[in-house]
Amino acid sequence: MTFESGSELGKANLEVFSQTLLALARKDRNVLVVTSDSRGSGKLLPFAEKLPDQMVEVGVAEQNLVGIAAGLASAGKIVYAVSPACFLTARALEQIKNDVCYSDRPVKLIGISAGVSYGALGSTHHATHDLAVLRAINNIDIIVPADNLETAQAIKAAAKMRHPVYIRLGKRPMYHLHEPGTKFEVGKAIAVRQGTDVAFVATGETVYHALLAAKELGKEGLTSRVISMHTIRPLDTQAILRAASDCRAIVTVEEHSISGGLGEACAAVLMESGIRVSFKIVGFPDEYMVSGSQMDIFKHYGISAQGLAKTAKMLLNP
Amino acid sequence: MTDNELRIKSVHYRKKLLKYIKKANAGHTGGSLSCVDILNVLYNRILDVTPQRFTDPARDRYVHSKGHSVEALYVVLADKGFFPESDLGTLCGYGSHYVGHPTRKVNGIEQNTGALGHGLAFSVGVALAAKKDKASYKVCTLLGDGELAEGSNWESMMAAAHYSLDNLTAIIDRNNLQITGRTEDVCEIEPLGAKLTAFGWSVRIVDGHDITALTDVLRAAPFEAGKPSMIIAKTIKGKGVSFIENDHRWHHKVPSDEQYEQAQQELNDLLDEMKL
Repeated sequence: MTFESGSELGKANLEVFSQTLLALARKDRNVLVVTSDSRGSGKLLPFAEKLPDQMVEVGVAEQNLVGIAAGLASAGKIVYAVSPACFLTARALEQIKNDVCYSDRPVKLIGISAGVSYGALGSTHHATHDLAVLRAINNIDIIVPADNLETAQAIKAAAKMRHPVYIRLGKRPMYHLHEPGTKFEVGKAIAVRQGTDVAFVATGETVYHALLAAKELGKEGLTSRVISMHTIRPLDTQAILRAASDCRAIVTVEEHSISGGLGEACAAVLMESGIRVSFKIVGFPDEYMVSGSQMDIFKHYGISAQGLAKTAKMLLNP
Repeated sequence: MTDNELRIKSVHYRKKLLKYIKKANAGHTGGSLSCVDILNVLYNRILDVTPQRFTDPARDRYVHSKGHSVEALYVVLADKGFFPESDLGTLCGYGSHYVGHPTRKVNGIEQNTGALGHGLAFSVGVALAAKKDKASYKVCTLLGDGELAEGSNWESMMAAAHYSLDNLTAIIDRNNLQITGRTEDVCEIEPLGAKLTAFGWSVRIVDGHDITALTDVLRAAPFEAGKPSMIIAKTIKGKGVSFIENDHRWHHKVPSDEQYEQAQQELNDLLDEMKL
């Protein structure tokens, strides 16, 4: 059977994270997971049951979570600090900046239920700022996996990283976007689909919607490139520049504020290169967020097959 | 080294830290002077760490949570041979690694600190790693009393007690002053001992300038099996220089030329007395 991107539903990236981490931890007792009363939402109950000595629970205390993780990492532990992205990257931002990044402790920060995964719970539980704040802090890679393959590979790659990394995960089951065996490399975007009319440079759980938009546009004879920009830093600038030279328009897509995220990073690359291309950033505007499920919020802000296809056509036929 | 030799060393540390603060025209004078005796005893009697063994996983760890008092730590580390003392001539200078708060760019520094309320959580992580590895090294950290207003400390205290980290010793430099004034006027922290005990720590109170008492209490840790140890070291901010002592305005004030000469003179007089 041939593989078709986006046709088969997989697991939630969080589930894949948990299984991958358990497998890593079984092979190496130095692998530890630190949680802030977040083992349930992190899908870490099996880990807690099977490897209780490799789990450190700190209670609802994200600052302490990150500080302790830095200390454990300094003593040679391979530490995954797991907490909802909204709390991890806001409440504990100073610990991330100083204890992890500035002090260069190779903690693997896992922001769970990121973006608007907790859509209906309100903005306290949204993480739509995390890419922006972490991009402004020196010494941390930022990875936003789009599907199960990217998640498993990112979690494995993180174990070997000697510097800090942030991995952002959502909680919905995700469609498989990449053929099994697809090469995943931190900092190298993966093209899910090739095309020359419009390029969707998308990240995380929005990539699937860009793919659906590409299919919609295909019905009208337009070809779309869909790029999974799974690493926000270091950014794959070559993939952006190639898309800009090959395609007539670029639409960036992210489950994040349009301020300081993937779109602005791409815009800077393009402006500095001197390449002119029609360009639009799709994300969350600077406003009080609408309430609803993740899918409601995506649709509201145009992160949907119809919304993204419409944005692309506006750029192609101004 | 005898207690008296260490007392003399403390005076030399005070003279030196004032010298480099004066040269840099920057630094935290009051808090550095208050923690000198604590660092003196830690590095000369308690901690099993040397420049040669600084990358040894079995070394004892010291985390300078009250990072602003870095000048005291710098002069002690220089004395222990972690780097040449002449490096301190670059303190707070352009491109120098000897910045106004500790960083790992300086040999002997375990962790970058300076934002308050961070060192204890880091120390809990290290102590927890030691427990997991069944390693016998000690973890010590020094907190400021003003620093205790940071809520993160209390998160870390709960975790240290929860994980029975009796390999962890925290010392509070209880000089009763912070940048704005008296700690009790800024935000009441007493009854401190009772709070710390309630948080699951085994607490001792000591004169933070008494070399003998500091040695005894630090050697006695852990005070109770299964509990982290907390030492409230009663100190005088600005200790050793009459006009700097007990005056919050010296938190990060640099002495004038005249004041500097007077401070060195007072410390020289003290040395003369001690040698007699």
